[in-house]
Amino acid sequence: MLDHGARVSLAPPDASAPVLPARAWRPTWRPTWRPTWAGVVTALPVAIALLFTLPISAILLHLLLPAEGAAAHLATTVLPGYALTTLQLGVGVGIGVTILGTGTAWLVTLCRFPGHSVFAWALVLPLAVPGYVMAYAYTDVLQFAGPVQTALRDLFGWQARDYWFPQIRSAGGATAMLVLVLYPYVYLLARTAFLEQSVCTLEVARTLGCSPWQSFRRVALPAARPAIVAGTALALMETMADYGTVAFFGVQTFTTGIVRAWLSYGDRVAAAQLSAVLLSFVLAIVLLERHSRAQARFHHTSARYRFLPAYRLRGLSAAGAVLACAVPVGFGFLLPVLVLAGMALGVDEPGRLGRYLELLRNSFVLGGTTAVLAVITAVAMAYGARLRPTPLTHAANRFASLGYAVPGAVMAVGVLIPSAAADNALDGWMRATFGVSTGLLLTGSIAALVYAYLVRFLAVSFTAVEASLGKINPNMDGAARVLGCGPLATVRRVHLPLMRPSLLAAALLVFVDVVKELPATLMMRPFDFDTLAVQAYNFASDERLAEAAIPSLIIVGIGLVPVILLSRTIARSRPGAGAQAVP
Amino acid sequence: MNLSLEGIRHAYGDKRVLDDVSVTVRPGEVACLLGPSGCGKTTLLRIAAGLEVAAGGRVVIGGRLVADAAAGLHLPPEARRVGLMFQDYALFPHLTIFDNVAFGVTDRSPATRARLHEALDRMGLEGYARSYPHVLSGGQQQRCALIRALAPEPDILLLDEPFSNLDVTLRADVRDQALALLKERRVTTLVVTHDPQEAMAIADKLWILYEGRVVQSGTPEEIYAHPRHASIARLFGPMNAVGGVVRDGAVVTPLGAFAAAGLDEGASAEVLIRPEGMRLAAVEGEGAHAEVIAAHLLGCVTRLRLAVAGVVEPLDALVPGVTHPRPGESVRVGVDPDLAFVFVGDARAA
Repeated sequence: MLDHGARVSLAPPDASAPVLPARAWRPTWRPTWRPTWAGVVTALPVAIALLFTLPISAILLHLLLPAEGAAAHLATTVLPGYALTTLQLGVGVGIGVTILGTGTAWLVTLCRFPGHSVFAWALVLPLAVPGYVMAYAYTDVLQFAGPVQTALRDLFGWQARDYWFPQIRSAGGATAMLVLVLYPYVYLLARTAFLEQSVCTLEVARTLGCSPWQSFRRVALPAARPAIVAGTALALMETMADYGTVAFFGVQTFTTGIVRAWLSYGDRVAAAQLSAVLLSFVLAIVLLERHSRAQARFHHTSARYRFLPAYRLRGLSAAGAVLACAVPVGFGFLLPVLVLAGMALGVDEPGRLGRYLELLRNSFVLGGTTAVLAVITAVAMAYGARLRPTPLTHAANRFASLGYAVPGAVMAVGVLIPSAAADNALDGWMRATFGVSTGLLLTGSIAALVYAYLVRFLAVSFTAVEASLGKINPNMDGAARVLGCGPLATVRRVHLPLMRPSLLAAALLVFVDVVKELPATLMMRPFDFDTLAVQAYNFASDERLAEAAIPSLIIVGIGLVPVILLSRTIARSRPGAGAQAVP
Repeated sequence: MNLSLEGIRHAYGDKRVLDDVSVTVRPGEVACLLGPSGCGKTTLLRIAAGLEVAAGGRVVIGGRLVADAAAGLHLPPEARRVGLMFQDYALFPHLTIFDNVAFGVTDRSPATRARLHEALDRMGLEGYARSYPHVLSGGQQQRCALIRALAPEPDILLLDEPFSNLDVTLRADVRDQALALLKERRVTTLVVTHDPQEAMAIADKLWILYEGRVVQSGTPEEIYAHPRHASIARLFGPMNAVGGVVRDGAVVTPLGAFAAAGLDEGASAEVLIRPEGMRLAAVEGEGAHAEVIAAHLLGCVTRLRLAVAGVVEPLDALVPGVTHPRPGESVRVGVDPDLAFVFVGDARAA
């Protein structure tokens, strides 16, 4: 990837090269630009892409270094174990989210049963709960001294070893937690796919003799399959990236291995090599996602969106549908939130209030800074590609948004290695030249942490900004130009006002992702600088679950904001109303 | 101000779109670029506006050279003082009607604001000044876009398919209103359209563009009466095609002989006849014998479908009056020579 990125950047911007049509929305004409503008507009996305591929490049470079000492040992002893657990988690989560997400999506879009419209948006709620927060809540409920086991013992008069009870702190437990919080990815994409399916194809299936179930299996499901695969791929990427859940449950995966190699052994090479192996897993998932998205594009042959044929469920089948939707909402959101609230109320340390405010402030500073920078960067990238829609700018944007697939722990290693190298080089030079030691300037700084967040979450803002910009009629640009606006004035007077809601949404999404982020923060935060997520993790690691509940609840509360916005969009978009475009 | 496009060439990748196209619009004139879709006419408009960089040629607006491909000169659109109205109007959805119209006007003095309000009033839009574009009907959006393009008082005005998005019943009214405004202000205007009726209705001068080249230019009357190619003749509606051979400087056909000066003796030629150029002969013995296949009253005229002996395809005739022969009747038909055009070769394939 480094090689490719470098080659892309070195190619001279060739204004006379024919522009290949790569996207449907792209205007067929070449926008007109003064030569100076062409340079700036092409150079900017390329520079951003280079800056944003640096962490991945740093990790891949370490594959070339000889493994020695602990690294060699690590590779031979723990690698197979990590790979096996990671695969186990991946398969379990993959199957779980696919069934839960697709099933609930089909029920709420194509069946009518009591509460289906409430479930349509409530099924998204678990998205607000990070996996590690679920882990804290369920550990409290299901551990030996917890309410469930205590009640069972009281009820049946069992003693400690009289009965078998599933161990929540296991790979199986982690899988269950992750399925419960990640299925909404599949649910959201599958639901959209079902809604967008033309009523005609389903009606044709019925007239050709398919029962409702058959038309689901033979028409709706195959048509929605790319969306379902894409949703599963997103959930799997989150699974690969998860650190908090598996670490708390003591499950050994690549992420725990990377964090341990870095924080406990200080072994840079081992951490980088484990990261590289994890990246290859992630790459496979990214390819799967890209492939299925590409297929999803050309699906609909008919553009008629009317009310979908709804199957009215009664009696037992209605009760079954209610149960099937209530279980994920209940276990993925209501129960953990109630448990956390119960635990939080049990804590009476009013003196700690100041401490929580400080955590909140730290999380807001990191989240807010990253969100603003991510949106500005995304606008620059997307607008650059609009002004100069060349293969070069598009490739640059693709590279710059690769970071979303990189797990936080890997990202931390990828940022820390070059920043430490830069610090050492600067320190050495300053000592030799001025006899002054500068120490670590970048490493352990807020700037480095924000940079890591930015690389990791840029794709979130870029996707939103690019989609919003793509909806603006290119003739708007032309009209503004002819009426006397230069390129920058056009952005200011036309594009930014039109994109404002999308920009706010993009900033919000990045903000929430940063607040929830755990492993990179854990590895990179400045000394004595804790965030909500880090503090919750530290309390939980010390088995002080009740104290972990308060920061956890705050994280869920913040995470709820975008989820509520999403839910409102869902509640407003009635099946069949269609997703008709904005301005 | 005049507009002069000189030797414009342009290509998208390998596809040549414009090939040495020269068009001039005299001050105050409304010129029309007429051609089928995909002939490069919108590209030419975008090159004039500066939204597209031509691969070759020069653009001169009011004596000022604004683009010269050979010299690498390309003035950006915001520096050209042109008005451009897009086919889809491209009104800014986040601005009120007044703010849309005032977008290109830098001077916000009370006098200017009054002038803009007056323009809105004249086009019947003053009541919508504070509304947003989505509440306007198609015709209102069109008028708003026209006022917006004219508000900065551009040197020239470019209109891209200005009336094609309008309902047919509205089109004529909106067109007359717009044309009256342009004529009153004496704005130099270049209109792009694929609709010959529309072009005839508004143009002082027509430029026919075909496959990236100007194939004929002139007043609408000249082009209607003297089309240079069969395809130009066909622009104004379906034609009757009759084949024949040149004998003594005339094409001899079953419908009579047509003057064909300059054609080789014995060459095969085709005669295209406008349906309105077919005449029912009043005098017995005049014209060619034909049988009526079908007759439809269209209002002020009647369309007859005729089978003529020696002609394979049935011919159409538009004849005045409501009393007409019935299907099956025999008639005699003649041709108005001013509405018949002779072309070399097989005109049916053109």
